[in-house]
Amino acid sequence: MSDMDEMEDGSGIVKKFMFLNRKAPHGTVYALEGLEVVLITAAFDQDVSMVFTDDGIYQLMKGIDTKGIEVKDFSRTYRALEGYDIEKLYVDQASLDARGLTEDDLIVDVTVLSVDEMANLMVEQDVVISF
Amino acid sequence: MLHIVNKSATERSTLESCLRMATKGSAVLLIEDAVYAATNGNAAAAKIQAAAADLKIYALGPDLAARGMAGRVLDGVNVVDYGGFVDLVAEHSNCQSWL
Amino acid sequence: MEFGILVNEGPYTHQASDTAYLFARTAIEKGHKVPRVFFYHDGVNNSTRLATPPQDDRNVNSRWSKLAEEHAVDLVVCVAAAQRRGINDDVLAPGFRISGLGQLVEMGIQHDRLVTFGD
Repeated sequence: MSDMDEMEDGSGIVKKFMFLNRKAPHGTVYALEGLEVVLITAAFDQDVSMVFTDDGIYQLMKGIDTKGIEVKDFSRTYRALEGYDIEKLYVDQASLDARGLTEDDLIVDVTVLSVDEMANLMVEQDVVISF
Repeated sequence: MLHIVNKSATERSTLESCLRMATKGSAVLLIEDAVYAATNGNAAAAKIQAAAADLKIYALGPDLAARGMAGRVLDGVNVVDYGGFVDLVAEHSNCQSWL
Repeated sequence: MEFGILVNEGPYTHQASDTAYLFARTAIEKGHKVPRVFFYHDGVNNSTRLATPPQDDRNVNSRWSKLAEEHAVDLVVCVAAAQRRGINDDVLAPGFRISGLGQLVEMGIQHDRLVTFGD
């Protein structure tokens, strides 16, 4: 991904992209391949928000160890997002509550929103992509 | 905003996730296996009818017909064809597929 | 209006690819444009010309090719997802090309709407 800084579509348009992560990692590939889209989108200098809701919150668990299932541990990539200027990370309180989790259980700093706040954030987006 | 749901509400919680996030005045389009929720007697029917107070609920006709459900659609649910699906996407400024 | 379409599942196992195709075809019939369809995750499996479904079934893959030919739809297959799943230029059906995820982002930036079909 060394050429990422050179990517742009030349239009100068900046849109609001929301990536809505609703699926747990490892059981399916969506979380991993979704993260790849987020990194590319940031290279296009777009206004990126990442939202973790429902089982998507499980992507951010501290202490993930994938050695035993012999798949790549991509959870450390979330920590690198800041380097890609992706700083808008959101989770919703109800999804945390429903899983017995708090912010302290997550590997990155997130902004915790109510469902209404998250819903309003979604409405104002230009593009919503869900993985 | 247009919300698109394609999962059966009696198998997955996707419809519920969508409904809690859909703001007043938004549209919800049920396609594929999600259309069962818009039929009389389905366990999710009450949820759909309650949601219809604040949201516009649509179901894709060809998916209802393919499942033998065309004659069982709940009152208050608007049945659309693929042309109506295209119109809904065009009419709303953005859309979210609840996969 | 210009619609970008994202297909995240392969043919036959999920309805996603059928719904996406019918949406795209209908949009074009109604006078809209579908400049590009992007295939990601198992959606890349829509692109192989090696699929040979039974005579009495629809051919999902060649149906996309026909749409591309008749309406100049750019069918783009994600290179990273394709390589993971054994899809390369040797097996591509007509109208498909392999490229990077940037093509998906471009679709989101340039088109009026982006609609996702998946599971």
